Amino acid sequence: MIVALIGVIALVSVNALFLIWMERKVAAHIQLRPGPMEVGFHGALQTVADAIKLIGKELITPEEVDRPIYLLAPIVIFLPVLVLFLVIPFAPNLIIRDLNVGILLIFAFSSLTVLSILMAGWSSNNKYSVFGAIRSIAQNIAYEIPLLITAMSIILMVGSFKLSAIVAAQDKVWFVVIQPLAFLLYIICATAETNRAPFDIPEAESELVAGFHTEYSGMRFGLFFLAEYTNMFVVSAVATVLFLGGWRGWILPPVVWFLIKVYAIIFLIMWFRWTFPRLRFDQLISFAWKVLIPLAFVNLLVTALAIKLF
Amino acid sequence: MVAYFREMFVGLWSLVAGMAVTIRYFVRPIVTVQYPRQKLTMTPKYRGHIELIMDPETNTHRCTACGMCVRTCPSSLITVEGVKVKKKKLPVKHVIDYSYCSLCGLCVEVCPTKALKFSNEYRLAGYQRQDMVIDLMARLDAERATVGLPPLPIPTPESEEETTSAEEKA
Amino acid sequence: MMLEPGIEEKTFYLNLGPQHPSTHGVLRILLEMDGEFIANSEPVIGYGHRAHEKMAELRTYQQYLPNMGRVDYLHALAYNHGYCLAVERLAGIEVPERAEFIRVITSELNRIASHLLWFGAYLLDLGAFTPFLYCFDDRENVVDILDRVTGSRLTYCYFRFGGVRDDIDDEFIAGCRAFITRLRSRWQDYDDLVTKNVIFINRTRDVGIITPEQALKYGVTGPCLRGSGIPYDIRRSEPYSVYPLFDFEIPIGERGDIMDRYVVRLREMEQSLRIIEQALDKLPNGPIMAEKVPKRLKPAEGEVYAAVESGRGEFGTYIVSKGDTKPYRIKLRVPSFSNLSIISELIKDTLVADMVAILGSLDLVIPEVDR
Repeated sequence: MIVALIGVIALVSVNALFLIWMERKVAAHIQLRPGPMEVGFHGALQTVADAIKLIGKELITPEEVDRPIYLLAPIVIFLPVLVLFLVIPFAPNLIIRDLNVGILLIFAFSSLTVLSILMAGWSSNNKYSVFGAIRSIAQNIAYEIPLLITAMSIILMVGSFKLSAIVAAQDKVWFVVIQPLAFLLYIICATAETNRAPFDIPEAESELVAGFHTEYSGMRFGLFFLAEYTNMFVVSAVATVLFLGGWRGWILPPVVWFLIKVYAIIFLIMWFRWTFPRLRFDQLISFAWKVLIPLAFVNLLVTALAIKLF
Repeated sequence: MVAYFREMFVGLWSLVAGMAVTIRYFVRPIVTVQYPRQKLTMTPKYRGHIELIMDPETNTHRCTACGMCVRTCPSSLITVEGVKVKKKKLPVKHVIDYSYCSLCGLCVEVCPTKALKFSNEYRLAGYQRQDMVIDLMARLDAERATVGLPPLPIPTPESEEETTSAEEKA
Repeated sequence: MMLEPGIEEKTFYLNLGPQHPSTHGVLRILLEMDGEFIANSEPVIGYGHRAHEKMAELRTYQQYLPNMGRVDYLHALAYNHGYCLAVERLAGIEVPERAEFIRVITSELNRIASHLLWFGAYLLDLGAFTPFLYCFDDRENVVDILDRVTGSRLTYCYFRFGGVRDDIDDEFIAGCRAFITRLRSRWQDYDDLVTKNVIFINRTRDVGIITPEQALKYGVTGPCLRGSGIPYDIRRSEPYSVYPLFDFEIPIGERGDIMDRYVVRLREMEQSLRIIEQALDKLPNGPIMAEKVPKRLKPAEGEVYAAVESGRGEFGTYIVSKGDTKPYRIKLRVPSFSNLSIISELIKDTLVADMVAILGSLDLVIPEVDR
């Protein structure tokens, strides 16, 4: 268990550092520029240098913040993220705990990030932060529903919450082929769940400066950053398990296939971010309630019907 | 109902079209240069700070310390001091404070002997304000050194009274 | 959502600026918020005041030239043009035709650069980062072309009373033609990436509507006025320089919302390209400076007003001369100032996100507002 914990923490940090580097490279090349080039080969160590800088920075606590909550918020956002790695099946024998309710555990714990955002925004005693927090809660609640419903249509087909069982069920054909609409809905909701552009309303920098983490500095800010990228990894991993056949692939070892698929989805999410403008808050909410949720319901009903008939 | 789905489809299609644009640019070669390692050449007419032209025939400047540039400068940042040598006026000091310069080019235009030009220097950085004070005579000496000439001798006035300062402000 | 007496405590104040990512300069907008809605607002200006008008009284006519590149640094050549036009009218200086053509070409190039920068920065306000850098890539071409002839990349000081400082060469003309081809090939990408994007349309359609009456009431000019459907362009309605020789359209919008202003600017860039194309074709030979322009200009006593169409609207220079080498008083009529004054009315009862979109769509240059 201890080994697993250390492994998870190492994975989380290395993954976040890699993802930040990848994000910068993707952004740069889309924008016809090279991105970080100075530290290490093609700037590979740039994020390490940035992390060291962040750790070395002074932790500023503004005067009138609600101290306990303010200090707790970065920890609360980061801890559940670690738990999520417990059930992710990287390979047939590379699962820390293959729980029967794996997917439920992931959705339950990833919802906790909302609490942390609320804590951070509220305790910062800053109007921009409160705006960011309020928006974030409305958004997360709105987008969690279609996310769960689309996942449900897969679970109906498999008949199990166990992630390894879902992967096992895809031995003939990946679910993305059977459920393309569900995959699309899932990707949209996952982007919104992780507060990524074009759904980055809680931290919309042109309106809210930096949203809920405006008042955070140093490694406290770093933890929010780390959690964002780790969440991205988790939702992509779940998407891989649900739709892309998990570790299944040819020739290469299963864990490599799993990571390739996960990073492909992450690339897709990054690609969204560097292409689209941001939605307005009310449009975002009405999009969730008027488009995503009805579609997800229809998809679920059709799936249930099809299972009953065949 | 049809309109609802058509709107959704058109919207989705527009997003895909946008992503097609960005992925096309993603594989294009980059257009920027890594600045301190690669440099772009400035165009010939680029206006950096002013400097004295080295006359190719005499290998010296053409300045007569008339003070026109001093008077015409909107920011009064040029200082010229001249002395009279054999009825001819020569500068002993030609200094600009570049930190005030707005690069309008009026001094170059107004010069009766066309003694000034713009340098191509754009990499100017300093740790203090004094670093931006540029001695044009010293720069000319440095340019003379590149063709193997000694620094210009400082002209000495024939008598003390004839020393004139051209520090009048416009 | 008018404020009723007794419920003031339901609202709170939000200071947007002076340092805020979306005000593009030191503009402060004091917002009275009712939740996420703006109940009242008041723009506070003056943080970047540099006393340009006062400076004119202490300098000769020539010495004031570099200031013109700095009032509005994005379309500096229009300001060069406006001021030179006013002084030329005051002193009765005739400008040779070639110089007029060069003025038009460079000024239109600069207009394209200004609109491109607006386009990019506006998308940045809406949260799309990438179009910003594509625009800068294109704008870099304009800047390079202008650099070749004016000698500077941003704060141009190129026009002189009676002409221009330097002549253009064949390389400049070839560069212009290459740029025209290049920019035309980019419209499709811009359309796919931005104009047709469903998110962008939803953010800009029917948001921030300026009615023609409102626009006239506040003295809004430029693309903001034309977006409301009034075809008022100084280049047409009060022609100056050699603009009457060219065939170009004045694009107008229908509804006056952000989308219309956006489309007007995009189409204006295309019209500018057409003007440049025609000017390059018709470019006459001849001198680029009028003869006998005195080095110390001393215009006769009098008053003059000259207006030009800058990227943001009508830029006017009003000069009062008392027959001295220095102007007695110069008043600059800057478009951003009147365009900003409408903001309080526009953003009432909108969301903060819409406010950012509306503010950006007016294409304000805050240092120009403060002068």
